[in-house]
Parts: sequence; structure tokens; C-alpha cells
Amino acid sequence: MTDHHAAAPPAGPVPWKKDFALKLLADMVRIRRMEEKAAEMYGAGKIRGFLHLYIGEEATAVGALHALSPEDNIVATYREHGHALVRGMDMGAIMAEMYGKREGCAHGRGGSMHLFDKATRLFGGNAIVGGGLPLAVGLGLAGKMQKEQRITACFFGDGAVAEGAFHESLNLAALWKLPVLFCCENNLFGMGTAIERAESQTDLCVKAASYNMPALKVDGMDIVAVHEVTKQAAQRVRAGEGPLFVEYQTYRFRAHSMFDAELYRQKAEVEEWKTRGPIHTFSARLKAGDKLTEEEFLALDASANAEVDAAVAFAEAGTWEPLEDLLKDVHTPAENAP
Amino acid sequence: MSRKLSYREAMREAMHEALTNDPRVFLMGEDVGMYGGTYAFSKGFLAEFGPERIRDTPLSELGFVGAGIGAALGGMRPIVEVMTVNFSLLALDQIVNSAATFRHMSGGQFSVPLVIRMTTGAGRQLAAQHSHSLEGWYAHIPGIKVLAPATIEDARGMLAPALRDPDPVVIFEHAALFNMEGELPDDWSVDISSAKVRRAGKDVAIITHGGSLPKALAAAETLAAEGISAEVVDLRVLRLLDTATIAASVAKCHRAVVVDEGWRTGSLAAEVMARIMENAFFELDAPVARVCSEEVPIPYARHLEEAALPQPEKIVAAVQEMLG
Ligand SMILES: Cc1ncc(C[n+]2csc(CCOP(=O)(O)OP(=O)(O)O)c2C)c(N)n1
Ligand SMILES: [Mg+2]
Repeated sequence: MTDHHAAAPPAGPVPWKKDFALKLLADMVRIRRMEEKAAEMYGAGKIRGFLHLYIGEEATAVGALHALSPEDNIVATYREHGHALVRGMDMGAIMAEMYGKREGCAHGRGGSMHLFDKATRLFGGNAIVGGGLPLAVGLGLAGKMQKEQRITACFFGDGAVAEGAFHESLNLAALWKLPVLFCCENNLFGMGTAIERAESQTDLCVKAASYNMPALKVDGMDIVAVHEVTKQAAQRVRAGEGPLFVEYQTYRFRAHSMFDAELYRQKAEVEEWKTRGPIHTFSARLKAGDKLTEEEFLALDASANAEVDAAVAFAEAGTWEPLEDLLKDVHTPAENAP
Repeated sequence: MSRKLSYREAMREAMHEALTNDPRVFLMGEDVGMYGGTYAFSKGFLAEFGPERIRDTPLSELGFVGAGIGAALGGMRPIVEVMTVNFSLLALDQIVNSAATFRHMSGGQFSVPLVIRMTTGAGRQLAAQHSHSLEGWYAHIPGIKVLAPATIEDARGMLAPALRDPDPVVIFEHAALFNMEGELPDDWSVDISSAKVRRAGKDVAIITHGGSLPKALAAAETLAAEGISAEVVDLRVLRLLDTATIAASVAKCHRAVVVDEGWRTGSLAAEVMARIMENAFFELDAPVARVCSEEVPIPYARHLEEAALPQPEKIVAAVQEMLG
């Protein structure tokens, strides 16, 4: 078993206005509290199937998504609760979907892995590893052909880099100079397979750069760095420079899913990475710069917990999609045609 | 009034019309542009519509079929051409796991108005990696529609409603039909929902689709000379199957032979037979028979290939045996 030593925790002043900094901190806390509750509800049997927690990786989705425009397209993976929430989906609709309730964003057809939201242009929730990348290429193509301002951000893990879909997609996007931002969340593992057991070249930027696109590496635990790099990257993509690849170096604190005994890594390694935890390190930096008080932190935490409680209540009160509707939404009714 | 044209010309006209009428439509695939289309379906299009809309792709079936899905989600109306059904296996993930599922998985939020065209079938001595007939596999998948144009009219007419359809439509074009010529009436109109009786008869229903349709019609001609009146039903739409037309023909003829270039085991023919059992069992005077491809990877040598495929003689023999 290889050790993946953690670097020193992110530190230094936060170059943002207080309001903005607290908004991003609050979003990380909202994701954390929502997922802790989801795990609890999984234990209680309320949520079933696969549940992949993003805990530990929040700085990546929050920092990156706040660098994008509401008009942009987002393609994500099955580890997308955070992305969905930051994009603006209602926490109740997310929780209800995890419960499998009719009031969920997909009326219980998708579950935790398939959160979709037309209003915020979230195109899943894709649970075929690498499967979202070709879709992002096509969304980018459509955007370019229709001369839209929007770009498409596609999130995927380090594991996807070994799939053919990754290579075909980066090649097409670069060849056609499409406005796609490839956001690789490198948490060093694909399930139990550490990156050096999966990749002949573990520097993922080298792979991306071989497709003739700029490739940037950023500390995914440092929300300031994530946000600034993504903002810059998105600007370049939006300016028509073609696709760009960003590797967010992050770490998942929890098991891959709820069925994982974590035999493939040392507890000490996880503990070491927790010293880089995005919420407490960012909070400490804000406090050091007089941009956050303990009272303010407690207030935003309380607000997140209240939102979670309301989401759970909404999901609990939800109803089951009637069996008569089993075959609904296989084909599009003529009146709803896009 | 009518005019004569080939299946290839009909398909080319259909695409030309779609590209002309709707700026959202574009054609994407391997060698659709500079080369003029693997089967010359898009000859001249590149010069006329430009490289944005006649988009040559690298050898990247998974990538560009997936990109077609994404482009459809993004507001375009792509026609994605896959050289042959054999190569579509490299893109199967995107078709089955993304295109077919998005509508349902998103709870009705996202539709994928995409058309995928591909060549299917054997008969050109191209051996086992270029001769598959896998349309039955695709017909298994909820969330997509599957078409098999086998006449000039359908080659000309099925694309437009497929593009109008809000969901993914896969069109199978049998290579043996491309040079076929026929009359296209001026007042043609086609749908993508029904099977059609191509020859009326009363003694036996021969139910088929795609490249086997001309073989079934030839068999019916031979049988007529023997005093046997065969009805030929062209399925046209392989998903969703038009069970009513199948059942009506069986109710009329009381006997049925299903002809399918797919392999017998787990074939589309098996599905058609099952529907006959479910919907017209008490109309039958004899067990339903089928003529399918032999269970062998399609061989190269002409005589072996011919022996492996449904042929008019085999259809005639199956009918004769049934009628005793
Ligand atoms: C094509 C495919 N193969 C295998 C799986 C099973 N699987 C689900 S998640 C996963 C690991 C993916 O790792 P990575 O891309 O790094 O994402 P992470 O889970 O670390 O966020 C695997 C193997 C799958 N869903 N899809
Ligand atoms: Mg990973």
C-alpha cells in the first residue's frame, strides 16, 4: 500500500470580500451537513442503493462552481450531491430524490447518483465512469454552433482518466476547439484502486496536455486556489481559446460508498489528509484575517442544520410515485418536446 | 405521377432536405464530409453546407456518438452516422446508458432529440466483423426508437419524422438495399409508428424487415406461381413494434413465417413470435415458423455467406413445409 502523504494545510490570507468568503464557507458547510445527514439516513434505511459522499472534497465543487456562470452547463458524476446543491438545487428536492420520493428532482427515478436539474443546467448525475465526458463535448459543440456565451464544465474523477471516453473526449474537444472545461477531481483513488496502481503516468496534466490543451494543477483542498484557478480557466475557455483541463488534487475522507471497508488505505493516511480539511482550514484563515468570528461560524452552521432538518422533513413527508406511473418518462410526450 | 430513384438517392435527399430546412440539423460521423460518406450518402454536402454542419470525426465512436447526445441536449438536432452497426458497439455505452436513459433518469426534465443512422447487414462478403445484424439488440432498449427503412419511400421519408421525434431514434439501413431502385410516388407520406403490408395475401403471413424484405417479396412471387397466396408484412419500426398489424395479418392468413437476418437465438423474430402467441394464438392453424441467420459468425466465402443468411428459397421451403 503506497502512502499518499498530505502537504501542509492550505494557509495564508483570503483575498476576498467577507460576504463572498462567507458565502463559499456556508456552501461547504451546507454540503457537509447534508451529507452527514444522508449517511445517517442511510444507516436508518431511509436511503438505499449507492450513496457516494463528497465529504472532504467540498472546496473543489464550491470553489469551482462559484467561478462559473448560472448559464453554463454542468456535467457531473455520481458523487454530485455537492455540485447539485451549490448549483442552486433545492436541498429538499435532493434529499427527497435520495429517499426515492415523488417530490425528488427525478421523482425517485434517479436517486443519489442521478441528480438532474434543467433550471440550473445540471446534466446529471452520470454513473458510468467517464460517461459524462462525451456529453460535455456535445454540449460544448452545441454551444459553439449556436454561438452561445456559455461553457460546459465537466466533473469527473481520476478513475475516469483510464477510460477510453476520457481520451476520445479530450481529443475531440481540443480538435474542434470547444468551450469545455474538464474538471478532474483527483482524490487519488478510484474505489479501492490507488492512482499509481491504475495509471502508467500519474501526472494527469501530462496526459491532458498531450491532447494539446492547457492543463493546470491546483490544490483542491484550498478553496481560494480552486476558485481563482477555475475563474481564470473559465475565462480562457469562454474567450474561445478551446478546452482546458484542471486537476483538483483532493482527498475523500469517507468510504467510496456505503459498502466499502476501506482495506486499501491506512487510517493514518486519512487522518493526515483531514489536517487539510477544507472547512476548518478555510475557517481558520478567515478568522486569522478577521473575516470570520466564531459566532458567525456557529450561525452559518446552525442555518445549514436547519436547512438539512427542513430537507429531511420534506423528504419524510414526501409520497411514493404511484405504480400506475411506472412507465412514465420513457418517451417524451409530444406536448413536452424540446 | 412518380419518379425513379435509388435507396441511396432517397436517403441523400432526405438528409439534404433536413439540412436545408432546419439550421439545428447537422451531420456528424466518420468520413461524412471530404470522403462524401462511406456509402456516398452525403456526397457534395461538405461543399454545400460547410465543415461545421458536415462534420468529419476521428475514429472515435464512443466520443462522437456521446457528443451527438450532448449536442441534442444543448439544443441541436444532430444526425450521427456510424459506419456500420458493428462499430456502433464501441458506442453502445453512450446509446444505452445515456441516450436511452436521460429522459427517465431525470424525471422527465431532459429529452435527447438525436438521430443515429447506421448500416447493417450482410451479403457483401465482408466477413464476420462487418456483417452483423444487431438491430434486434437495439430493439430491446426502452427509451429509444428503432427504424428499418426497406423501401424507397421509407428511405426518403423516415428521417424527417425521426428528427421531429423528441427522443433518440436509431435508423438501420441495410447495405444490400442501397442500389435498389424504385418509384417514389409524388404523394408519398410515411410514419414511424406502424408496420405495413407490402403485398396482400391470404394463406400465410411472411413478417420481416430491412434487407430481408426483398427476399420475402421474391419468395411470395415464387409461392404465387404455386398457387400459394402469401402476405408480406414489413415491420419498418422495430421499436415500438406495431403488434396490431402483425396480429391482423395472422388473423387473416392463420399462418405465419417470421424472417429476420439476426441470429435465431434471442432474435427479434423470437419477439415477433411471442407477440403472435400473446395476441393471435387462437387464429393459428399451424405453429409459427422462422427463417433466421444460421448461428455462425457470418463467413467470408460467398457460398458460405449465402448459406448462413435467410434466402428466398429458405422462405419458400418454410412456407411449403407449413402448408404440408
Ligand atoms: C464504466 C464503469 N466502470 C466501473 C464502475 C464502478 N465504479 C463506480 S465509481 C468507481 C471509481 C471511480 O473512481 P473516480 O473516477 O476516481 O471517482 P471517485 O469515485 O474517486 O470520485 C468505479 C470503479 C462504473 N460505475 N462505471
Ligand atoms: Mg477518484
